[in-house]
Amino acid sequence: MSQRVSDEEVRHAAMLSRLKLTDEQIHHFAVQLSDIVGYVDKLAELDVEGVEPMAHAAELTNVLREDVPQGGLTVEQALANSPETYEGHFRVIKVLGEGSGA
Amino acid sequence: MTASGLTYPGVDSARLMVGMEIHVELATRSKMWTSAPNVAHPDHFDARANSLLDPVVIGMPGVLPVMNQRAVEMAIEVGLALNCRIARRCKWDRKSYYYPDLPKNYQISQYDQPICGEGEIQIPASTEAGAPMKTVRIIRAHLEEDAGKLLHEAPGGFPIDFSIVDLNRAGTPLLEIVTEPDLETPEQCVIFGQMLRSICRHLGVSEGIMQKGHMRFEPNINVVIEKDGKTYKTPIVEIKNLNSFRAVEGAVRHEYSRQIEEWLETGRVMGQRAKTTRGWDDIRQVTTLQRHKEDADEYRYFPDPDLVPLEVDQAWLDRLRSRMPEMPAALLQRYVGDYKLNIKDARALVEEPGLTRFFESVVAERVEPKRAAAMLLNYGQKRANERGCGVHELGITPAQIRQIVELADNDRIGSSAADELFGLLCEPDMENQSVESLATERKLIQVSDDSAMASWIEQAIAEQPQAADDVRKGKMAAIGRLVGAVMKASGGQANPKLAQQKLREALTA
Repeated sequence: MSQRVSDEEVRHAAMLSRLKLTDEQIHHFAVQLSDIVGYVDKLAELDVEGVEPMAHAAELTNVLREDVPQGGLTVEQALANSPETYEGHFRVIKVLGEGSGA
Repeated sequence: MTASGLTYPGVDSARLMVGMEIHVELATRSKMWTSAPNVAHPDHFDARANSLLDPVVIGMPGVLPVMNQRAVEMAIEVGLALNCRIARRCKWDRKSYYYPDLPKNYQISQYDQPICGEGEIQIPASTEAGAPMKTVRIIRAHLEEDAGKLLHEAPGGFPIDFSIVDLNRAGTPLLEIVTEPDLETPEQCVIFGQMLRSICRHLGVSEGIMQKGHMRFEPNINVVIEKDGKTYKTPIVEIKNLNSFRAVEGAVRHEYSRQIEEWLETGRVMGQRAKTTRGWDDIRQVTTLQRHKEDADEYRYFPDPDLVPLEVDQAWLDRLRSRMPEMPAALLQRYVGDYKLNIKDARALVEEPGLTRFFESVVAERVEPKRAAAMLLNYGQKRANERGCGVHELGITPAQIRQIVELADNDRIGSSAADELFGLLCEPDMENQSVESLATERKLIQVSDDSAMASWIEQAIAEQPQAADDVRKGKMAAIGRLVGAVMKASGGQANPKLAQQKLREALTA
């Protein structure tokens, strides 16, 4: 049986996740991920015709909060884990472009 | 370029098709998924960078998001205003991508179950008077969270060779509205954008300050070209992140000709994976190609396991519907139709929701609408401009405006006195001031008293013998000078209409 997840797909996923992997690691993960996908594929044997996809395991809806603001972290606390900061900002390597803009 | 006659050299016709994606930051007090304060709320506009964060916003391990009820309601209110079908049930999905402005490495969004489904609004097809209305169909509007801000300059504009991140905006509730490609001119794109901004401001769901990025527009543009009896569609181009109407107009206008030129050169037409992303260069007034962004399937959307679905029942929907204010288009129609205001005044009153409400409360004081509009837009607007505030923020109350109108209608004050009173009542601590006593105190009440009037008339005739003679001989034009003399003699307190009548009696009897 051929590998369910190819080395190429792992390389692509690693790029999307900004992970730097060696060729050896890529192949290693491709084999592991193929096993996992194969295992989960067992589920595909079930007939789910007409079954509504489930959005959440708990049968709850509308867990809402009132729109009341509360103080959170100070700037110093918020930046405490940042490897580098600059004048009250998180400092990162130069990124080109406008930002993700959500 | 007009909606009907689009032409371009080298083709038989070229029709612009624009669908719009609009991100609206909702002005809730707290964020979408946590109670940290929201930077899109006026209380926090000027918050220090990274001061509106909590562990949920910065994606600390173990935190859980909890939905902001008001954000959900605001999204539904916009949906209702756009005549959207509101989903009875919807869920939340994770959109994964890695970028320094996205602390969790995923954005909570709605992939296939938007809170608002199909809808439509009517907009004027152009800015010309009497332009026909046209329908813009809404595909969907879904609720999500905004990302933070990535900056490439130090605060104060200094160059830096790294980037810095302000996460204040991260987690602000964001409504993404998507239209069908129904817009056909750059002008229509702007009219639609302005209409949407006005709707959001009247609903009170956004301050709509474009410079602050409260609304960001992303037009998806292509051109349908006819040549030699054949139809060609150019590949769709999405322009990212436009935050002014000028930029929307410029970018759409530029894409129109750029796409036709490109088609004439390459013949490339719409197809799979042909969509590209461009940015707008405000200085050069051109669009420029941007980096490749992950395709939709690369965002690895999946249902967010931290959030349960949302259900909107009829009672909730009815409650929200009953709270909806009148929308700008309906207001305009009523002001022009029922109140007989001219379109310019009607637009001015609807432009600013605070002014609209103030105008309505002046009318509720039984001031005739045209008078109310004139008071606010003449006496009020110039003072508001001077102070850099809205007319409704000047301090004068609707009841005081009614009292000014009453004094004027009973000929007890003239128009310059009305203007002066309006100004005095905009001063601090005047909200309980009776207008009549203020007018009396300031000697602004016109004197119609016979003996005083008689003596001013005597004085005026003595000062202006030539004019008096002219009037006696029937040259009535000269009476103006005499009325002026009466006004001067009375220190402005004489009722000019009465003065003229008395002068006429005295000189022609």
